[in-house]
Amino acid sequence: MAEITKEEIRQPENLIYKKTDLLTDKALSYCPGCGHGTAHRIVMEVLEEMGIQDKTIGIAPVGCSVLAYEFMNIDMQQAAHGRAPAVATAVKRLNPDKFVFTYQGDGDLAAIGTAETIHACNRGENIVIIFVNNGIYGMTGGQMAPTTLPGMKSSTSPYGRDVHTMGNPLKITELIAQLPGTIYVTRQAVHTPANVRKTKKAVRKAFENQKLKKGLSFVEIVSNCNSGWKMTPRQANEWMVEHMFPFYPLGDIKVND
Amino acid sequence: MKELRLMKGNEAFAEAAIRAGADGYFGYPITPQSEVMEYLMAEKPEDRTGMVVLQAESEVAAINMVYGGAACGKRVLTSSSSPGISLKQEGISYIAGAELPCVILNVVRGGPGLGTIQPSQSDYFQATKGGGHGDYKLIVLAPSSVQEMADFAGLGFDLAFKYRNPVMILSDGAIGQMMEKVMLDEQRPRLTEEEIVKNTPWATTGKTKDRERNIVTSLDLDSAKQELHNHALQAKYREIEKNETRYEAIQCEDAEYLIVAYGTSARISQKAVDILRAKGIKAGLLRLITLFPFPTEVISKLADQVKGILTVEMSAGQMIEDVKLSVGCRVKVEHFGRMGGIIPSPAEVVDAMHNKIIGG
Amino acid sequence: MAKVKGDIVIDIEKCKGCEVCIPACPNDVIALSKNVNGKGYNYAETINDECIGCANCAIVCPDGVITVYRKKVE
Ligand SMILES: Cc1ncc(C[n+]2csc(CCOP(=O)(O)OP(=O)(O)O)c2C)c(N)n1
Ligand code: SF4
Ligand code: SF4
Ligand code: SF4
Ligand SMILES: [Mg+2]
Repeated sequence: MAEITKEEIRQPENLIYKKTDLLTDKALSYCPGCGHGTAHRIVMEVLEEMGIQDKTIGIAPVGCSVLAYEFMNIDMQQAAHGRAPAVATAVKRLNPDKFVFTYQGDGDLAAIGTAETIHACNRGENIVIIFVNNGIYGMTGGQMAPTTLPGMKSSTSPYGRDVHTMGNPLKITELIAQLPGTIYVTRQAVHTPANVRKTKKAVRKAFENQKLKKGLSFVEIVSNCNSGWKMTPRQANEWMVEHMFPFYPLGDIKVND
Repeated sequence: MKELRLMKGNEAFAEAAIRAGADGYFGYPITPQSEVMEYLMAEKPEDRTGMVVLQAESEVAAINMVYGGAACGKRVLTSSSSPGISLKQEGISYIAGAELPCVILNVVRGGPGLGTIQPSQSDYFQATKGGGHGDYKLIVLAPSSVQEMADFAGLGFDLAFKYRNPVMILSDGAIGQMMEKVMLDEQRPRLTEEEIVKNTPWATTGKTKDRERNIVTSLDLDSAKQELHNHALQAKYREIEKNETRYEAIQCEDAEYLIVAYGTSARISQKAVDILRAKGIKAGLLRLITLFPFPTEVISKLADQVKGILTVEMSAGQMIEDVKLSVGCRVKVEHFGRMGGIIPSPAEVVDAMHNKIIGG
Repeated sequence: MAKVKGDIVIDIEKCKGCEVCIPACPNDVIALSKNVNGKGYNYAETINDECIGCANCAIVCPDGVITVYRKKVE
């Protein structure tokens, strides 16, 4: 085997992966190792592969991903905390030929925005909801979220979530899977290459569903909030596998084809 | 085609919204304005013009639907009554912050709390002083007839788009429920996609290759930029004050005693002026049409002419604060009003003029 | 039999040193540098020539800072 130099390998014709142009060049504002960045990239790659970026309107939430519009190089609106599904409802109803998605955290989607989430899902709005569940309020400094696990520590459950006084974690994804308006409900993750590939397939399927006017597709991504969890990114991913996944098992929850 | 019809105020507003070429209505039922959505649903505007009408899960959802639609450059509106408008305040603040055009109808009922379903004007502060958080202003139009309920739908959209600013139509339960003759405008076409791209280049219509992406947000974490944005908003509000102040001066030319009122109170007050005039008292009425911008200058001028001013409001006295600011201490300014959903009678207004201003 | 050789380019100024790419690599190509970038992060770098261009590292990198090349060699 002849020796081959790095220069010979690094030729345009040999390029097999680079960050999509649908992400801006701005450095992501997320903490090192935070899954938000990977989730952003997956959504943008899917839009690019489907060639629908010029017809897509994204709705950013309030949460760490409030600045998603700084990074996603498409037309975007920033919604009030929890209201993205209502905003997206109107955007899609008034622009049925456009592609519309919301990108929301667990506090946004499953606490303050529960009503908007459930009703948009129940109406079967023809939109995609990307739900990044990190079990905590990342942006405001790691407070307890509706999704925080029993016993899990956060800044407002410093001794661990006591379900008797603080309530139980809400599996909103299972809940909305019950609703007739949802067509595709799945739970994925982005901490390993295999999971990233699966998530991308799921997001692709979700947007294809929208293209076929099938109804609402809901993709949960269980992710780490290493800052909020007070761990290193690698520890956080390990902790997520060990503790989050048993409670929030990965896989499709509802597939109506 | 223009058309003369006998209609309820709420229905006239709904019909006029369709004719104004509205793209979408998002609402939630509450008395005394539920006829707006009921009328729209019965009219099938989807078939008439392609307008979308959606009953939302709450006023919170409805106003955020308005945000989403407005951010796409569409003509969108919502309607509610006092408790529902309170729920919408966060969304209205976002709409004002992101500088989006829309029309919001408040058919005011008595408060506080669940209050009553009867007419009131006790949401004046909320409508004109911000209501939600942050330094912002709504353009506030106050109809006093079914005709104006209809006219202000179209005018509301025109002003909203001219200034990229939410417009509130501050009506009340009496105007919303009463039936009168109304001349309806002819149907305006809805905006085409090309018109939207041309007229509202900031709208999120999908990022085409020939332009940068459009972002609709009220957020800027950079304080210096956020202050600049606030300065720009304030400059816009001053511009609106300069251009859009509207009022009707009724028998003011020789008036010695002035009533300032809007909406239902203005109708009552007009009768009171007639009674006072019949008694030989030179009374006049300044009927406010815009509450923001407030007709400070005309009130200030009238203050030099009259001996006293009575404000008539169905509240504990809210607008009177702006009247007093316009007048300074030059003449006496007193408030007369009823609360809890009671409409004052012309005779009560006449008495108040005698007791608080002329004799007082 | 055709073999593949790969290589990656890391935008070290945008790398946040999170190490998420490290366990994703089948050939232990990546490690954190002892040096830091302009933002103060120990950045990822390649430590051997075993890269096969599988792109695993690039697709898990939250910040999308890795570009991957792959070439068939005889
Ligand atoms: C009405 C309102 N209430 C509270 C807040 C403060 N706030 C901002 S982000 C946030 C929580 C976000 O958590 P989540 O949705 O889980 O997103 P993450 O940051 O974890 O991705 C809260 C409570 C707000 N901006 N608006
Ligand atoms: S606080 Fe948590 S969710 Fe927010 S960027 Fe940091 S790691 Fe991600
Ligand atoms: S995953 Fe990306 S950001 Fe993290 S260490 Fe590796 S190259 Fe750097
Ligand atoms: S492309 Fe594959 S083999 Fe090469 S460094 Fe990345 S993970 Fe390792
Ligand atoms: Mg969260």
